[in-house]
Amino acid sequence: MSLDKPYMNVPGTTIFDADMSRQGYHLNQFCMSLMKAENRARFKANERAYLDEWPMSEEQKQAVLDRDLNRCIALGGNIYFLAKIGATDGKSFQQMAGSMTGMTEEEYRDMMVKGGRSVEGNRYTGEKK
Amino acid sequence: MAHISASVYTSHVPAIGAALDLGKTQEAYWQPVFEGYEFAKQWEKREKPDVVFLVFNDHATAFSLEMIPTFAIGTAAEYTPADEGWGPRPVPKVMGHPKLAAHIAQSVIQDDFDLTIVNKMDVDHGLTVPLSLVFGQVDAWPCPIIPFAVNVVQYPVPSGRRCFMLGKAIRKAIESYDEPLNVQIWGTGGMSHQLQGPRAGLINREWDNAFLDQLINDPEGLSKLPHIDYVREAGSEGIELVMWLIARGAMSDVNGGHKPKVLHRFYHVPASNTAVGHLILENT
Repeated sequence: MSLDKPYMNVPGTTIFDADMSRQGYHLNQFCMSLMKAENRARFKANERAYLDEWPMSEEQKQAVLDRDLNRCIALGGNIYFLAKIGATDGKSFQQMAGSMTGMTEEEYRDMMVKGGRSVEGNRYTGEKK
Repeated sequence: MAHISASVYTSHVPAIGAALDLGKTQEAYWQPVFEGYEFAKQWEKREKPDVVFLVFNDHATAFSLEMIPTFAIGTAAEYTPADEGWGPRPVPKVMGHPKLAAHIAQSVIQDDFDLTIVNKMDVDHGLTVPLSLVFGQVDAWPCPIIPFAVNVVQYPVPSGRRCFMLGKAIRKAIESYDEPLNVQIWGTGGMSHQLQGPRAGLINREWDNAFLDQLINDPEGLSKLPHIDYVREAGSEGIELVMWLIARGAMSDVNGGHKPKVLHRFYHVPASNTAVGHLILENT
C-alpha cells in the first residue's frame, strides 16, 4: 500500500519526509560537519577534496559546488542543513531563501517588506494565478 | 503544588536574534518587531515565573540526521547556546530544572507519550530568540528553563492533535509536582513562512490571524487541522505552529477550568522571511 503524501502538489515546495531524508542523508551530514570551524576552513580551502570525503552522489556534490540549493533539495537536502553552507559562505538566511526563487536579492527583500509572497495562485501546482 | 499561570506564544526567527545581538533594534526595519514585545518584557518583570517550560524546535543543531526524536525533554542542569555556523549568540547560559523535568518526563511517559530524555544538548535560536524577546537582553535569564524539543524538520511531524493532547499531559504532570512553583509554558515557531524552493517567501496574513483567533477561542477544533493545511496555507516551515498547540493544551479551559484572559496579541510582517506572531494567555 502506498503512503499518504498529500503535499506532492504544492507548487515550488519539497517536503522533507523520511524518503527524501534517506536520499539526502550524506549530503545533510556533510552540511552538519560545517558547524565546526576547522571543517569550514578545510572545505573552503578545497571544496572538491572535502566533498570527496563523503559518500555523496556526484550530482549532490556538483549541486553543492554550484550552490544550487533547489537542486540540493531535489536530491534530498534539507534547508536547515543546507543553511550551514550559506553560513560558511557568509550568507544570511534571507539571501539563501531568495536564491531559490529566481529573484534578485533586492527583489526578494522588497517582496518580503511588502508583505511576502501571496498564497493566491500558489496553493496547487498548475493552479491559475 | 506547582501550577501553570500563563502561556506565551512567539515566533523564533534567527534574524531577530542577530538584530538584537548586533544592536539593530532601533532600525526602522526592526523597531516595530521589538515594540511588539515591550508588553511581554514589562509583564514578565511583574510575573517572575519560577520555571518556563519552553516548547521549541531544533534546526539541525543539536540533532542531526543521526537521531530524530519526535519529542525530547531536556532534563539537564544547564544548556549552552549553540554555534549555528555564525558563532554562538552572546546570551546567557540556559539553566535547567532537572528535578521538575524528571518529574514531568516520568508522568508524561506514563500517560503514553514516548518522550526522549536529553541530558546533554546545545540550544539554538529556536530556544534563545524567544528568551531574548520576552526577557530582554539580560546578564542571566531570570528563571530556570525546561527545553522541550519537537521534530518539525523531518516529516511526518507530530499532528496538531497529538501536540494538543501532549499539552494536557504536561499540565497534569506539572500540577502534580509537590512544590508551589509558578510555571509558564511557551509555544514557539511560526507563523507563516517558507524558506525553501521557488515558493520561498510565502506569507499568509489572513490565515495567521485566523489561526490566532482559533487558538484563543477554539483550540480543540484547531488541533484537528491536518498538516497539509499548514503547508499549503502557511508555507512548508509554517508547520512549526503545531508546537503552539502543546502550550495551548496545557491551559485551564481545555482541562475543565475557565477561559484564559488574552493579555497581549501582536502580529507583524516581515522579520526576514517570516511573519511574526505573539500572544500571551493568562489562566484565570
